Amino acid sequence: MTQEQEIREGVDRETVETVQNMGSYKYGWETEIEMEYAPKGISEDIVRLISAKNDEPDWMLDWRLEAYRRWVEMEMPDWALLKLPEIDYQDLYYYARPKSMVEKPKSLDEVDPKLLATYEKLGIPLKEQLILAGVEGAENIDLSNRQVAVDAVFDSVSVGTTFKEKLAEAGVIFCSISEAIKEHPELVKQYLGTVVPQTDNFFATLNCAVFSDGSFVYVPPGTRCPMELSTYFRINAENTGQFERTLIICDKGAYVSYLEGCTAPKRDTAQLHAAVVEIVILEDAEVKYSTVQNWFPGDEEGKGGIYNFVTKRADCRGARAKVMWTQVETGSAITWKYPSCILRGDESQGEFYSIAIANNYQQADTGTKMVHLGKNTRSRIVSKGISAGQAQNTYRGLVSMHPRAKNSRNYTQCDSLLIGDKCGAHTVPYIEVKNNSSRVEHEATTSKVDDDQLFYCRARGVGEEEAVALVVNGFCREVLQALPMEFAMEAQSLVAISLEGSVG
Amino acid sequence: MAAKEEMVAARLAGLTAGPGLSGPRAAARARLAAMGLPGRRDEYWRWTDPAALNAVTPAPATAAAEDEAPLFDALDRLKIVFVDGVFDAAASDDLALSGVEIARIADKIPGWAEALYGTLEAAGQDPVKRPFAALNTAQATDGVLIRVTAAAAKPINLIYVHKSELSDPILHHLVQLEPGAELTLLETGPAGARFNKVMEVDLAAGARFHHIRAQGPDSERRAVTHVFARVAEKALFKSFTVTVNGALTRNEAVIDIIGNDAVAHVAGAALGDGATGAFLHDDTVFVTHAGLRCESRQVFKKVLKHGAIGTFQGKILVKPGAQKTDGYQISQSLLLDDDSQFLAKPELEIYADDVKCSHGSTTGAIDETALFYLRSRGVPEEEAKGLLVLSFLADAIDEIEDAGLKEEIVARLETWLSRHRD
Repeated sequence: MTQEQEIREGVDRETVETVQNMGSYKYGWETEIEMEYAPKGISEDIVRLISAKNDEPDWMLDWRLEAYRRWVEMEMPDWALLKLPEIDYQDLYYYARPKSMVEKPKSLDEVDPKLLATYEKLGIPLKEQLILAGVEGAENIDLSNRQVAVDAVFDSVSVGTTFKEKLAEAGVIFCSISEAIKEHPELVKQYLGTVVPQTDNFFATLNCAVFSDGSFVYVPPGTRCPMELSTYFRINAENTGQFERTLIICDKGAYVSYLEGCTAPKRDTAQLHAAVVEIVILEDAEVKYSTVQNWFPGDEEGKGGIYNFVTKRADCRGARAKVMWTQVETGSAITWKYPSCILRGDESQGEFYSIAIANNYQQADTGTKMVHLGKNTRSRIVSKGISAGQAQNTYRGLVSMHPRAKNSRNYTQCDSLLIGDKCGAHTVPYIEVKNNSSRVEHEATTSKVDDDQLFYCRARGVGEEEAVALVVNGFCREVLQALPMEFAMEAQSLVAISLEGSVG
Repeated sequence: MAAKEEMVAARLAGLTAGPGLSGPRAAARARLAAMGLPGRRDEYWRWTDPAALNAVTPAPATAAAEDEAPLFDALDRLKIVFVDGVFDAAASDDLALSGVEIARIADKIPGWAEALYGTLEAAGQDPVKRPFAALNTAQATDGVLIRVTAAAAKPINLIYVHKSELSDPILHHLVQLEPGAELTLLETGPAGARFNKVMEVDLAAGARFHHIRAQGPDSERRAVTHVFARVAEKALFKSFTVTVNGALTRNEAVIDIIGNDAVAHVAGAALGDGATGAFLHDDTVFVTHAGLRCESRQVFKKVLKHGAIGTFQGKILVKPGAQKTDGYQISQSLLLDDDSQFLAKPELEIYADDVKCSHGSTTGAIDETALFYLRSRGVPEEEAKGLLVLSFLADAIDEIEDAGLKEEIVARLETWLSRHRD
């Protein structure tokens, strides 16, 4: 509709073009860089090759091979409300790294400028002094206290991690997982696969076999991590799957806030992303994990896009441990993702705040699991699903109160918003209550964008698409408020961009 | 694969189908063979073990002592009695009622019934398989065929008597309401050791159908029942079920709203006390909206104690184009002690944007403040609990429109509650 719009008085051409470009995926460009690939397909040899590329110890290779052997016997799950295309697991690359990364750079200064430029362009400069550039509104923020350490993952490898030294001073370990396997094997051995076991599900098992890199965080007892940590995942190479693995250990009384972002180039063919995130939270510790998932969603006709199959789980192992998942899911052609909380410790708490937006031909099946095992545990779920175009958006969740989880509480609120009559919004909650001192409440509503609210905005001269964005932002408010500041601003504009073209 | 077919063949081997309907029965047998018997790995059987329903012979179940006056006894109604699934002509009234044609499968099957038999069941197999309904269509020995052409002069009461320890009745009823016709159908009693019942209800435009059912009070009985309803324009479908006791009760309701401006309400109240034997009560409800401006309500309440298990699987499906749908669903359980369980899956699947759909589900113990309030005003604890339980069930019971019938159900609930005090 924007193309036809006549240029009104006082609106210059540049503004019109900016508006027209808003609807397109901002991160769809590609970095031209020489890559090194493992041969196409998956086999024991490929698993061995990935392990060798990362220069891994034998125990790690054995663990991968065990997972691979299990995976071969497994079948892709079909219970989600998704039309899953056939995925030929032999027709993609499981390992791709820039040639310049073959010899691992010793510091950020040695990293290929092309890679640094890529992240610069994404708004994630890998320079320690200029961390928030590219984030809208950043110029208005007092930057002195808002440093964010970044681990940047490019296809199959970690390009670099910033602020490592400063974090080390506080005792915090923040590095790529490949590095952690070599440098901190005792921690990795102790915790890897204990939250998401090798046998967990088809995609997690695949990840165990072929994960190439990812981030590792250890926050020592009583430490408040001095800055926010973040990982930025970029898929660049064509026909390549990204399989990263993140392991976060927050020791007794420690605190960390972790941010995750992801993008990929615009391509006609779909690409696979199967990640695993494991979080271990000990007594009195707290982890905040925030994601803005903005993988390429496919074009208006549903061509291309990322198939995002992710297993994320936090294990509150100690008393009073606390985890908060916040996610803004705007990208990916297919999203299959259920960040979960195992509330094992007494009085532990889990929270899940989610905005999932599906437009055009996107399909999202996402939600959470709150497994209450300890006494006096608390959980809260706030999910906002928005469907537009021909998209299908499903909230799927589990709240389980075990017999031992006395006096526990759950509150769940799932709201769905439909924009247009060709999309779908679905809610599939599972509630299992096995003791009577706990209280579980679940509410869900489905509605359309309120005409009165739209009319109000329109009457005050707000354009139709902008008005919808405003109403939708209001609908998402509870979740947006749970996001760290810099993410909240990005998320707000993403909500608007993801819905471009869905009205009229 | 072969094992699946063998299981079905073994399950059917001991059964003798009633007369007639060879076409729809063969089709149902083929459907059953294709889908097989259910197992715990099937999505809609994850919380209810179908083993006792799959078993070739039923587990023995003693009939409860007949120490209660029959429900609705004082009401002017047409009684049709089945003892362990066998029609009891002597105990039944003459099957003649103004505005209604009544027949039985085992007697004479009218043309309209030939055409309807099995069709709603078959349609209700998608997207979720309901193997015991197909088994029923294939093997039902008898059933009542009711065609209503005007407002029925009085309610029809299907009375199920359980006598034999090993009875395994399979009944299939058809109810067809012509445009503007009205009927109240009552179902009471425990029917048998293991009861499989299907009722297909076809409501034409403007028809009004009220269904009130009481299951119990046998403790050891098992039952799997299905109601398949097709609701046309401006028609009204209302169904209420009260269940007390029972080792296993699976009640499925599959409601297809095909016309505009139609209304469908399904409600249930269940009382489970594990102290008098295992109690597992499962409501599986699917309401599909295809018409414009239709309203549906699902209201399910369960009161559970001593290891009783209650499950609810409900769905509101709004098809593309079914705009202005008003869909509501609530499932709640009151856990009177720490041993009981409530498992719920309240689903919404919505493909139209101008709709208002909501669902809620809550689980918890009795409200201590309310209990304290009543106690402080001199109400004895057990009585106070009884009051709170009844008030908890009120939303479901209120779905009974007729004041007299509602009163009788409440009175019976009070009796049952008083029998299950600790």
